Amino acid sequence: MATQHSRSAARLMMAPAVILLLGWMLVPLIMTLWFSFRKYLPLRGGDQGWVGFDNYVRFISSSSFWPAVQTTLIIVGGVLVITVALGIILALLLDQPMWGQGVVRILVIAPFFVMPTVSALVWKNMFMDPVNGILAHLWKFFGAEPVQWLSQESLQSIIMIVSWQWLPFATLILLTAVQSLDSEQLEAAEMDGAPFLKRFWFIILPHLSRAITIVILIQTIFLLSIFAEIFVTTGGAFGTRTLTYLIFQRVLESQNVGLGSAGGVYAIILANIVALFLMRIVGKNLDT
Amino acid sequence: MVRAVTTQRKALNTAIAWTVGLLIFFPILWTILTSFKTEAQAIADPPIFLFFDWTLENYAVVQERSNYMRFLWNSVFIAGGSTILGVIIAVPAAWSMAFVPSKRTKDILLWMLSTKMLPAVGVLYPIYLIFIKLGILDSRIGLTVVLMLINLPIIVWMLYTYFKEIPGEILEAARMDGASLRNEILYVLTPMAIPGIASTLLLNFILAWNEAFWTLNLTAAQAAPLTAFIASYSSPEGLFFAKLSAASTMAIAPILILGWFSQKQLVRGLTFGAVK
Repeated sequence: MATQHSRSAARLMMAPAVILLLGWMLVPLIMTLWFSFRKYLPLRGGDQGWVGFDNYVRFISSSSFWPAVQTTLIIVGGVLVITVALGIILALLLDQPMWGQGVVRILVIAPFFVMPTVSALVWKNMFMDPVNGILAHLWKFFGAEPVQWLSQESLQSIIMIVSWQWLPFATLILLTAVQSLDSEQLEAAEMDGAPFLKRFWFIILPHLSRAITIVILIQTIFLLSIFAEIFVTTGGAFGTRTLTYLIFQRVLESQNVGLGSAGGVYAIILANIVALFLMRIVGKNLDT
Repeated sequence: MVRAVTTQRKALNTAIAWTVGLLIFFPILWTILTSFKTEAQAIADPPIFLFFDWTLENYAVVQERSNYMRFLWNSVFIAGGSTILGVIIAVPAAWSMAFVPSKRTKDILLWMLSTKMLPAVGVLYPIYLIFIKLGILDSRIGLTVVLMLINLPIIVWMLYTYFKEIPGEILEAARMDGASLRNEILYVLTPMAIPGIASTLLLNFILAWNEAFWTLNLTAAQAAPLTAFIASYSSPEGLFFAKLSAASTMAIAPILILGWFSQKQLVRGLTFGAVK
């Protein structure tokens, strides 16, 4: 039972975190909104005044907008499909009785702890290099022509790298869900002669649906803003310019802050749509 | 009931799982192995797996040429500083939400989480501008504060879920016995909360260490941590596989070891209690 005294103490204790986050959210957000309505070119004349929705219209009608949206969707979609599908298989596999389960778990989870710039560079040079990369050796071993990964199959390459990074996350969460599965129900189904596919479809998959939703939502939020993987591999070339990368280029490379900020507002709206669904699920699960 | 499994079935599981596990781990293993090769052996055709002349030469060269220790110190400072600062700010907030919940607690928690969803690129320029105006662009302090702020919601959430597991009755008993708020926190709550706080520190240290948007965009020569150090290898040094591997191994080794201890917290920390 909380007294009046402890209530006001509680409010005081919450204040630093709340004020800091409020400032962190509002100040840059308002600045971005402000810039998005102005013609602002720091290196070419500075702030040249109010332009209304001009930047918003120009950002959308620029020739690089729709390709960037398409690239973003392909990368996010591709990574989601691969990580969720392989994640389910891996989670079921890791749940089986075996020797050295703990070690295998660590092997599978390890990529998550590798910093994005390292995994991108290691894949780019040591695996995807068309002359000396491991994949080139592998292709040659089977008598095939080595692939120019990051220039010709650029999107697939990025999807591969990012999937490798995020597979551990999906696996770990799905494994947690698999482990909470009621094994008696499964055994009963097995004794009744239900084949594996039926058991998977009617018992396992429905049980995992919530975990799958959460993996999809959380990963989408992170995947919409992948940056380092593109920064060190292609630098946005060869059709790998995502929405995030396009905004980055507008703001810092071509220093068109007005236009970039309008793009930023679009990105914020997009992320919030995804976040809304995630928050609803998280909120439902939260009893205070 | 533990399901009875034949040894044969278990052996098959083991074989498949280890193959898959090693396949996923292979890029890391290959990087570590390559870091001990000479440049010529690193690009040998066909690739040499284990039987090469092991050398530490690459590590010496990387340190000598690019002053690895400075980047390492920047990473430790930024990741460590932001995590500790974040926990200091988050502990009181999480404590009050867990033990003195009000009608708005849930809304505040969800709102905090929502700030984490703000795409960094959307506020890149404002932060950049503020940093220039304050003269903290390319400074460790500036980056420490930014990383603290982006991880603060996760820190509050993790601590909150850990604190919720501490039975409130114990606190009430302490209060009945006349313990002041300060003593209650210091002698009753803290000992029970330490494992949760430790896990939170661990996971957030890892997240801050690997953060690669702000660290790349807000640093140049002075405050660059290991993420930026590795990015500088993107060309043309990256084509020297052995040196790239040595630099990469040094950047990921500390975190791989910490990650080992934090795998359990990963689920809790990154799903905000939605998966248990």
